[in-house]
Order: sequence, then structure tokens, then C-alpha cells
Amino acid sequence: MTIQLKNISKRYGKDISLKNVSLTFETGKIYGLLGPNGSGKSTTLKMIAGLVYPDLGQVEVNGEEVTRRISKDVAYLTELDMFYPSFTVGNMIDFYASQFTDFDRNKAEQLMQDMKLDSAKKIKRLSKGNRGRLKLVLALARKAPVLLLDEPFSGLDPMVRDSIVKSLVSYINFDEQTVIIATHEIDEIEPLLDEAIIILNGKIIEQENVEDLREEAGLSVLEWFKSTMAEREGRDHE
Amino acid sequence: MTKDFQASKPIYIQIADHLSSQMVRGEMKAGDKLPSVREMAIQSGVNPNTIQRTYSEMERMGIVETKRGQGTFVTENEQVLQALKIRLQTDIIGVFVENMKELGFTQEEMIRGLQQYFRGEQR
Repeated sequence: MTIQLKNISKRYGKDISLKNVSLTFETGKIYGLLGPNGSGKSTTLKMIAGLVYPDLGQVEVNGEEVTRRISKDVAYLTELDMFYPSFTVGNMIDFYASQFTDFDRNKAEQLMQDMKLDSAKKIKRLSKGNRGRLKLVLALARKAPVLLLDEPFSGLDPMVRDSIVKSLVSYINFDEQTVIIATHEIDEIEPLLDEAIIILNGKIIEQENVEDLREEAGLSVLEWFKSTMAEREGRDHE
Repeated sequence: MTKDFQASKPIYIQIADHLSSQMVRGEMKAGDKLPSVREMAIQSGVNPNTIQRTYSEMERMGIVETKRGQGTFVTENEQVLQALKIRLQTDIIGVFVENMKELGFTQEEMIRGLQQYFRGEQR
């Protein structure tokens, strides 16, 4: 599904979160939405998920304006913990299966095996790494055409990060899904990305195809990100 | 090989180089089947679109052939594989010569240096 943000602006009180943002996301591609904390990454994802509405502009998924009902087409992994602590892993899977018709139990089982999650275990007893894995299981087990991942690596150790990268490659359906990953941990996801977008202070400042970046500028996404940010800071200090 | 990619070179080319050296070393032989795009993507932890590009590029170079419904195979054309071997050799020599030139060595000094090096290794 094609996702379009058209001239989006959003304020929370006095704080400007997004300023005239226009973006297009196409099916079959993985996008990295990169930027420091507070740059507007999460707000952008929440808008596509129908959790936040713009003050100005339109968000469209497949030509239709996004409302809260878009959740049937959008799997959204939040950066927050969103579990009921008394639930077991299995309860959480059941809950998701009851809420989303596209939830694929077989896929969930496979993912849980891959990630070595025990379905009888209480969520409050899970380590942070395992909670991160469970969130990913829940997001990837849905056959939703749009997959939004907000900071899927935050607070996870390098081994977990590696296994998450592998699961993403294994379980994303590249023919049908549009994937957007918001993160400031660029190193991990770099080899996964088709396109990289830099957002800063609520504005989109750069967008590049990752392989073109390497081929034409000789830069990795991380190097490009750092040099772009340094350039911006220099400009702000003038 | 996850994440061990150089910044300055497209990932699809680095994977093509990696596969090419496997062929030259004989770890993959003429007619062998390559992993599917998805398998290769999982093995190397990269986007399948990147692997697709690697395979297309190698197909364009004649090193691999895609058979409809069966997958991608190393070419059976030994001449192409021989040419690949020579190309990799030339690439490596090219890098060596560039580095030596930067240090100010002449052609004769490089050859003499190599000969001495090999004599030393035999001893």
C-alpha cells in the first residue's frame, strides 16, 4: 500500500512536532526514518497508524484518508511497553488474535520458537530483551500491508538486535508490505534499508536511496547521517 | 557476514564480490545452485531487494543464470569462470600496485620486492 503524507503540520501545545512534512512510501520497500530524540519520528508513525491527527495536511493510505480504523491495515510496534503485566505470553498472543483478523497464529508460533519465547511465562517476569522480542512477534505475525516499527532496538543487547534483524528479513513479506522503521540506531538496520529519511526538528531534511548513497557519495547511512547533522548544527550556530 | 560491509561500496556489489570469490575458490562450482534470494538475504542480514540486485548484476555479467521456476545457478561456461578468476586477480594486483605507487616504489622495485618476498617465504 502506498502511504502519503501531504503537507502535514502538528503542534502539541506550543511545541511544533511536525512542520509541513510531505512523504511518500511505496509497497515492497523498507524505509528508515532517522533522527535524534524528539525530532518527530514517533509522531510521523502515529499519524500513519491513525493514533494522532494532523493539524494541517492529509495522511492517506492507498488514497484514503487515515482514521483510527486504519489499524486493520497497519501493524504498529510502539516504543512503549504496552502489555498487561499479569498476562502470560500466550494470553497476549490470544488477545492479539482476537483483535486482528489478519493475525496468523502459525506465524506467531514460528516466531516465538525462533525467538525462544515461552508462552506460559508471565509478561512481568520477562526480561527487557524478551519483551522487545514479544513486541516484534506481535507485529510480524500480522499480515498487515503496512508495518511500522518505532525504535525496535531500544535498550536491547547486540545479540537480540542481531536476531531481530534476521527475523525482519525472514518474516517481512516484501511483495506486499510497506515497512517504516523509526530509529536512531542506524548501524543495525542499515543493510535492511532501501531508503533513508532524515528528520530534524519536525522537518524532513534529506531522503536518499541507500545503495545510491554508497555508490555515488561513497557513504554509509551512518556516515551520511552524521555529516548531515554536523552540517546542520554548523549552520544553526552561524 | 552480517554487517561486515564497507561504507564506500554498495552492498549488492560486496555480496556479488563475496559470491565471486567463492566461485573462484571452487567452493561453488559450475552448475551449482545459489541460495534463494530470501535465504541469501537471511544469511547475510540484508534486504532481499539488495540480493535481487546482486543476482541481476551477476546475471548481466554472465556469471549466473536464472532458470524459470528453479532458481539461480552458477554458469556452466568455464570460460566465463576463468575470466572471472582473472578479473579478480587483476583487481587485487591493481590495489597492490596503487598502494605501492603511493609509497613511491617503481615497477622494478615492486617486481624485485615480490621476488624477494617469495624467496623468503620458501625458506
